[in-house]
Amino acid sequence: MAKSPESEHPIKAYGYAARDTSGLLSPLTFSRRATGDKDVRFKVLYCGICHSDLHFVKNEWGFTTYPVIPGHEMVGVVTEVGNKVEKFKVGDKVGVGCLVGSCRSCQSCANDLENYCPKQILTYGFPYHDGTRTYGGYSDHMVADEHFVLSWPENLPLDSGAPLLCAGITTYSPLRHFGLDKPGMKVGVVGLGGLGHAAVKFAKAFGAEVTVFSTTPAKKQEALEGLKADHFIVSKDPEQMKSAASSLDGIIDTVSATHPIAPLISVLKPDGKLVLVGAPEKPLELAAFSLIAGRKIIAGSAIGGLKETQEMLDFAAKHGVTADIELIPIDYVNTAMERILKSDVRYRFVIDVANSLKAP
Amino acid sequence: MGSSPETEHPVKALGYAARDSSGVLSPINFSRRETGNEDVRFKVLYCGVCHTDLHSIKNDWLNAKYPMIPGHEIVGVVTEVGSKVKKVKVGDKVGVGCMVGSCRSCDQCDADQEQYCSKMVATYNSHAVVTYGGYSDHMVCNEHFIISWPEDLPLDGGAPLLCAGITVYSPMRYYGLDKPGMHVGVVGLGGLGHVGVMFLKAFGVKVTVISTNPNKKEEAVSKLGADSFLVSRDQPQIQAAVGTMDGIIDTVSADHPLTPLIRLLKPNGKLILVGAPTTPHDLPAFPLLYGRKLVGGSLIGGIKETQEMIDFAAKHKITAAIEFIPVDYINTAMERLQKSNVRYRFVIDIANTLKSD
Repeated sequence: MAKSPESEHPIKAYGYAARDTSGLLSPLTFSRRATGDKDVRFKVLYCGICHSDLHFVKNEWGFTTYPVIPGHEMVGVVTEVGNKVEKFKVGDKVGVGCLVGSCRSCQSCANDLENYCPKQILTYGFPYHDGTRTYGGYSDHMVADEHFVLSWPENLPLDSGAPLLCAGITTYSPLRHFGLDKPGMKVGVVGLGGLGHAAVKFAKAFGAEVTVFSTTPAKKQEALEGLKADHFIVSKDPEQMKSAASSLDGIIDTVSATHPIAPLISVLKPDGKLVLVGAPEKPLELAAFSLIAGRKIIAGSAIGGLKETQEMLDFAAKHGVTADIELIPIDYVNTAMERILKSDVRYRFVIDVANSLKAP
Repeated sequence: MGSSPETEHPVKALGYAARDSSGVLSPINFSRRETGNEDVRFKVLYCGVCHTDLHSIKNDWLNAKYPMIPGHEIVGVVTEVGSKVKKVKVGDKVGVGCMVGSCRSCDQCDADQEQYCSKMVATYNSHAVVTYGGYSDHMVCNEHFIISWPEDLPLDGGAPLLCAGITVYSPMRYYGLDKPGMHVGVVGLGGLGHVGVMFLKAFGVKVTVISTNPNKKEEAVSKLGADSFLVSRDQPQIQAAVGTMDGIIDTVSADHPLTPLIRLLKPNGKLILVGAPTTPHDLPAFPLLYGRKLVGGSLIGGIKETQEMIDFAAKHKITAAIEFIPVDYINTAMERLQKSNVRYRFVIDIANTLKSD
């Protein structure tokens, strides 16, 4: 007989789970494994809400098994470590992002790119090495293999730093990898949501001149004054787009709704790079000649490896990069999800788990 | 009164031109400028027939100006040089490829990437100024855009390198697909594809040719030295090769799906488009994200790297597989090219067959 979430592991846990495709979250008593030799166990203090959480609880990607406890931007304080753990001790502040496992032996893993390992294990909703499904950070505590636990820098706030574990690394990684991190470079950011606002902050911290592209003219003031972007362009305005033709070294495109990429390719300089970090479901329309005529590229990028996630957190601490957040109690989470659907948040909800998730 | 091609310049010239979008080529008397201080004038010996010539004469890209004298894989021997010319002298063998001018002062020109200059002048059918290509008795060209021809590189088999060669060589270098031990796919086995295989083998790269035509396997492997061959419409063959390639050079200009090609790439793999279909591709985002893969484009190459490529080809004995033709065969050649019926480039024996009446 299959074990229930409550009985499959020895340590009791509680969280908020979605039980069906409505995506509505409600309290769930479940269980987590005992702390293994290489495991780090921690009390969850805060957990960011990522738009992926919303896609997942509604089974929009087709591989959700219920009940699912989302959350892959979690921070907390260590309560127990396995006897082979070297990096952490009880009382340390830590974080866990989107991955809790990988094969640790393929070329990608060997290159510290666990995010491209074909056997990567996602933090929630995924089969773990022991065959049981993983549960995410909308929960009282977490246990994870040391390799996938991030060390939290002393001077990085926990609540506004939590979203960096997904939104932050997702935008930091391609800015670095595609060489868009040099002072004076001209970088575009498409979309001003959780990912977009993080991209602007990191790009500015790298010394780039940043142009925000948005379909919402009303976002101009916050882009320029709030986030200190240098320019703001309404992407549906052909005149504004024309004025930016062939001007950018690179663009980080965070938008996951279907949208035309031809205008974005036209604002790249020769050798310019359009990096997709949002994942539109339907294929994009690509005119080959638009890339050929300027040796331009379109690439994708997905989160980052553990080593670079740690590097990103340390960079964020040093340069004062944190997310703009709205801190919420856990019982607000369903309303928060509805607001995310309407892009009604500046720019990430973070759940105050420790103070609002109470034992049943 | 406007001047005609025959009278606009002082030096008489003879060539083959298309007069309209039927693309049929016939003899034309025209004229070229005098040899300026920085110009090199040369007698054309041979000229390769590029598929772009076919697209252009038929106005496939809606930018044709007639009469059009195509040809941008031109080799010949210098007959006159301007007073400031240092690169070559009378009697030297030279080549001219796809460009005869650029602004020489923008970031792209400074980086020796003249092909991306917004004011680049194409060897024929250029926009801002009228230019005539290599299906003609002689050429005059600014020294900067002249390629010095290595002694030991055959002129006839080498001519197609001036477009086909540089078009595949440049992205192999720029995108780093030239390291020994890498595995790179080549899609399409025509003028570009066959030269692509040869350059990759010279780099020490393992090559898989990807084609819709199973009949090309024998020559891909036995004649061109490809390590393997896969039929792109064969699902099991594609499945077996998923995630195995560092890069793919896609030379195909007919419509074809990109998704199976993206799947063939390893993480961080690169799909490079050098052929340009007229209808847009469908590009799925997920396969790019999950693997940090990229699709990039590339257009010919700069003059400096064209010279580098020609010298490399001479050193490694790389020449195109050609069918040598008299100029009056050109219309038949174009029909055959339309049907991909050539192994793998026609080269026109200009010097021996382009005669004035």
